[in-house]
Amino acid sequence: MAILDILKLPDPRLKQVSESVASFDQVLRDFIADLEETRLAGPSAVGIAAPQVAHFQRIVILDLSGRPKTPNHGHLVLINPEITHWKGFAMGREGCLSVPDYTGNVIRATQIRLKAQDADGVEHQYEMEGFEARAVQHELDHLDGLLFVDRVVSRRTDLHRRKVYK
Amino acid sequence: MTDTLSDWNLLTLVGADRPGIVSRVTRVLYGLGCNLGEASMIRLGGNFTIMLMVSGARPDAEILDALAPVAGELGLRLHLDPLSGGLHQHLLPNIQVRVAGADRAGIVADVTEILAGQGFNILELESDVAGERERPVYIMNIQGYSDQTIETLSGALAPLTERGVSVDVSPVDVLIG
Repeated sequence: MAILDILKLPDPRLKQVSESVASFDQVLRDFIADLEETRLAGPSAVGIAAPQVAHFQRIVILDLSGRPKTPNHGHLVLINPEITHWKGFAMGREGCLSVPDYTGNVIRATQIRLKAQDADGVEHQYEMEGFEARAVQHELDHLDGLLFVDRVVSRRTDLHRRKVYK
Repeated sequence: MTDTLSDWNLLTLVGADRPGIVSRVTRVLYGLGCNLGEASMIRLGGNFTIMLMVSGARPDAEILDALAPVAGELGLRLHLDPLSGGLHQHLLPNIQVRVAGADRAGIVADVTEILAGQGFNILELESDVAGERERPVYIMNIQGYSDQTIETLSGALAPLTERGVSVDVSPVDVLIG
């Protein structure tokens, strides 16, 4: 087990797109253990993505088990995750281990359906909402080389834009 | 890093809005060797307003003299005040208060007095007057920090609801991922 270094903005490697995981072996399990140790060592992050520690594979850890009032699936290891359905949107404030001392407003889907494998390669489907859905979207962005600062909107942004009639 | 400089100034500029103000002003500041910190620019009533943290690498008089031609040309009023504190002093809000109601004098004082009485620290406040000219609606959004529960704050603000002001208190949940 080891605490890994977290890449921080403006490290260009945070823009890198991660590769799918093909081998569900001991090497993967060892890395997941290190990633979890790294998450727990920092400021209370509900999630961490592999590319944040310069490991460019599609691996995310999510843990909302400490938030009993928030609907959630507890501690999850998500390998090759994919959002298959989106619904609704809301603005919420986000921060990131890779962007210290900054938070900003980001618009995210409020309900999602997620497909992902676990550490043994078994596929699962999840229905997620609210804070957990937001956390997944934040972490999955890392796998595609996106940070929340790429999506920040002004607090004056009109969430319910007026329809433009032609 | 600019954070090691403790001598920040707060530059305030106000005037009629037009494109190019920020670029002209910041170019002059850059030319003086000043660093910029946190800034907030917004249009208020169609006017340009900005408050800008400027590191005091130069004497105040020199900064003001350098900005005078641009301010004169663009019709901007400016202030330069010494600022205690510096960067990296963010506080995270945990409560949001949304207020809306028929516009009348005193809404802000009423709401914020109640919040202050609860020890609520306002970190961000923005307000606007919407609706039709004949029927203006005052809308205000506050984000801040409080140790009180949502229920306690809602209860304290409840008398305003009886007076026709809609007040909504909700948590601000900052996601760190």
